[in-house]
Amino acid sequence: MTDVLIKVGFLALAALNGAIIFTIMDVKGASWMQRRPGPLHVGLRGFIFPVAEILKFVQKEDIIPTEVDRPVFKWAPAYVMVSCVALFAVVPMSPTLVVADIELGVFFALAISSLGTIGVLTAGWSSANKYSLMGGLRAAGQLIAYELPLILAVVGVVIQAETMSLVGIVEKQIEWGVPFVFGGQLIGFLIFMVAATAEMMRVPFDMPIGESELTMGFMTEYSGIRFLIFYISEYMNMFILCAIASTLFLGGYHVPLLPTEWVNFYGPVVLLTKTAILGFILVAIRWSQPRFREDQLQNLAWKILIPASLVNILVTAIMKVGF
Amino acid sequence: MVNTLDPQNMNNFSEASVSIEIETEDMTLNIGPQHPSTHGVLRLVAKVDGEKVHDVKPVLGYMHRGYEKLAEVRSYPQITTLVNRIDWVAGFSNEIPFIAGAERLMEIEVPERAKHIRLILNEMARISSHFVFNGAYALEVGALTPIFYAMEDRERVLDLIESVTGGRFHPNFNRIGGVKPAAGAGPTSKKNIQDLPAGFYRDTKVAMEKVIKAADQFQNLIGGNEVFKKRTKNVGILTPEIAEAYGVSGPILRASGVKSDLRTHTDYLPYDQFDFEIPVGENGDCYDRWDVRVKEMVESAKIVLQAIDSMPSGPLQAKVPKVIKVPKGRTYVRAENPKGEMGYYIISDGGLGPYRLKVRTASFSNISILPIMLEGALLPDLIAIMGSLDFVLGDVDR
Repeated sequence: MTDVLIKVGFLALAALNGAIIFTIMDVKGASWMQRRPGPLHVGLRGFIFPVAEILKFVQKEDIIPTEVDRPVFKWAPAYVMVSCVALFAVVPMSPTLVVADIELGVFFALAISSLGTIGVLTAGWSSANKYSLMGGLRAAGQLIAYELPLILAVVGVVIQAETMSLVGIVEKQIEWGVPFVFGGQLIGFLIFMVAATAEMMRVPFDMPIGESELTMGFMTEYSGIRFLIFYISEYMNMFILCAIASTLFLGGYHVPLLPTEWVNFYGPVVLLTKTAILGFILVAIRWSQPRFREDQLQNLAWKILIPASLVNILVTAIMKVGF
Repeated sequence: MVNTLDPQNMNNFSEASVSIEIETEDMTLNIGPQHPSTHGVLRLVAKVDGEKVHDVKPVLGYMHRGYEKLAEVRSYPQITTLVNRIDWVAGFSNEIPFIAGAERLMEIEVPERAKHIRLILNEMARISSHFVFNGAYALEVGALTPIFYAMEDRERVLDLIESVTGGRFHPNFNRIGGVKPAAGAGPTSKKNIQDLPAGFYRDTKVAMEKVIKAADQFQNLIGGNEVFKKRTKNVGILTPEIAEAYGVSGPILRASGVKSDLRTHTDYLPYDQFDFEIPVGENGDCYDRWDVRVKEMVESAKIVLQAIDSMPSGPLQAKVPKVIKVPKGRTYVRAENPKGEMGYYIISDGGLGPYRLKVRTASFSNISILPIMLEGALLPDLIAIMGSLDFVLGDVDR
C-alpha cells in the first residue's frame, strides 16, 4: 500500500514540477520573443514567477455561478488534471525508474490522453455559458479529429519496435543505435507533434480557448483555484506529451556514448532535456503563429495528417517485412 | 419536413427520408458589450447555428457621450478638446476638419508653416492608428506577439507628437488661424522657442525610416504567415458596389478596389504639394484591408519626410480677433482620417459657439456593413471580419 502511495506521490510531484518548469519556459520565452523585459528581470530573473502566480490564484475567490451544474462543474478541473498525471505513469526515466512498465504502455497512454477531453467537455457543458459550451464542443471535435493521427503515428513506432511497452521501445532504439526519428519515423514524429499540439490545445490549435473569439472557451466561468488547476493541467499535458514524444521518437532516457550502467543517474536528466527542447519548439510556435479556423483544422486532420500517417504505416510495414 | 405513411407516396418516401436534415434551433449569442475583440463596447446580437452565423444585429450607444450637443454650449476654441476624443487612436486627425471649417467660415488664410505642421502631425496620427490596427488585428486572429512590436514602434511616433504638442493622444494643438506654439512655450517663456522643438527634424527622419522598416517587418511577420493568409484571404469579401452603397470610406473602400482618397481632391491640407501613392486592394477581402493599411503607413511616412524637407518658414498663426466669433453661415468640411471620411457640418448663427454641429464619423458608416458581411460567416470569421474594419467605438457613438 505504501508502495502505491509513494508512486502516486512521485507521479503527482514530477508532473507538477514539469508543469511549473514549462510555465516558466513559456512565460520567459514569451517575454523574450515579445521584447518585454518584465518576466526576465522581476523576482530572481523571473524564476519565482510561478509562485506568485499560484499564490494569486489560490487566494482569489472561487466563484461558482448559480445556474451551473454544481457537481459536474466542481469536478471537471480535477478530472482533467488526474488524466494528465496518470499519463505520466508509463513514461520511463530509466529502465527501472518507471512507475508502471506495462506491456501495453503506448495503448494506455493514448487511451488516457483522450480522457482529459471529457473533463473539458463537461466543464463547457456544465458552465451554463454559451461560450463555454462552444469551447467544449470545439474541444470534442478536435479530439475526434486528432486522436486518430496521433494513434496512427505511434503505430509506425510500434511496428518498428515490435512492442507496445515504452521501456521496450527505448531499448529497441538503443539496440538500433539511432532514435526512431532518424530511423525512418521522421514523418511519424512530425504528425505526432502536430496532433499532440492540437491535443493539448495550444496555438495554432487553441480554438477551444480562442481568447479573441470565445473569451476563454470552456474556462470562461472558472476562477480561483479551479482555474489554476486547468491552467496547470495545460502545461502538465504539454510536458507529458513532450516526454512521451521524446520517449517514442528521440530515444527517451538514452544518449549514445554514455555508460549504460549509470543510466539511473543521467536518465531523468537526458529525458527532461529532450522534453524541454520539444517544449521550447512548442513555445516558439505558440508566440509566433495565429490561430487556425475550426474547419481548417478538421481539413488538416482528415485530408493531410490521417492519409500521411496511413502511408507512413504502410511504408514502415513494408520496410519491416521486406528487409 | 413531415412524412406521413401515405401508400400513394410510398415511392417517394425513401428519398424524402434521405433529404431530411438535422435542423436545430438557432442559438442567440450575445457578443459584447464586454468581449475581448469588440474594440470596446460594441454589442452584436448574433443568431448562430453551431459555428455558423445566420444573422447579426449590431447594437450601438454604449459609448454615447453627446459631443454634438455639448458642442452647442461651448465656444469654438473649447470644442477642439471635445472632438479630440471622438477617435482617440488618432486624436489629432479629428481636430483638423473642425478647425478648417471654422476657418473657412471666418475666411482666415492659415500660414503655410502651420499647414505643414498640421499635415505632418496628421500623417503621424495616421501611422500610429495603423500601428494599433496591425497589433490588434493580429491579436484577433490569434497571434499574440505582433501587438508588442506594434506598440513599441508606435511609441516612437507618439513621442514625436508629444514633443510638439505636449499630448500623446489628445494633442489639442490646433488653434483657429494656425497651431499652438510648441510645447515648453508658456506665458513665461518668450517667443524664441515658440516653434517646433529642437531636433524635431532629425528625430522625425529617424522615426519615419523606422516606420518604413516596421511596415516591411509586418509584411514579413504577419503578411507572410501562412496561417494568417489562410485566415484572411477570401474571407469577408466586400464588393465595391456594396461598399459605395453603404457609404464605406477609407482603407476599407480602397481595399475593395475603389481609388478614393480625400487627400487628393480636397484642400483642407496642402497634400497636392507632395508625391504619394494611394494603395488599392484587389479582392476586398480581409487580407487586402490589412495590406492596404500597411502600405498606407509607408506612404504616410514618405509624405512626412517630404514635408520635413520642404518646410516653409513663417508665422504659426494668422491674425485672428481676441474673441473668436464665427460669422453667420454653414459649411461642411470633410477629411481623410485614418478610419475613413470624417466630416463636420457647422451651422453658425454668429455667436461664440456653433448653433449646431453634426459630425460624420467613418467608423459609424463602416460598421453599417457588418450585418451584410457577416451573414453566413463562421464565428472565427466574424471576429476576423470585424477586426479588419478597424473601428473605434468612440468614433461610432461619439
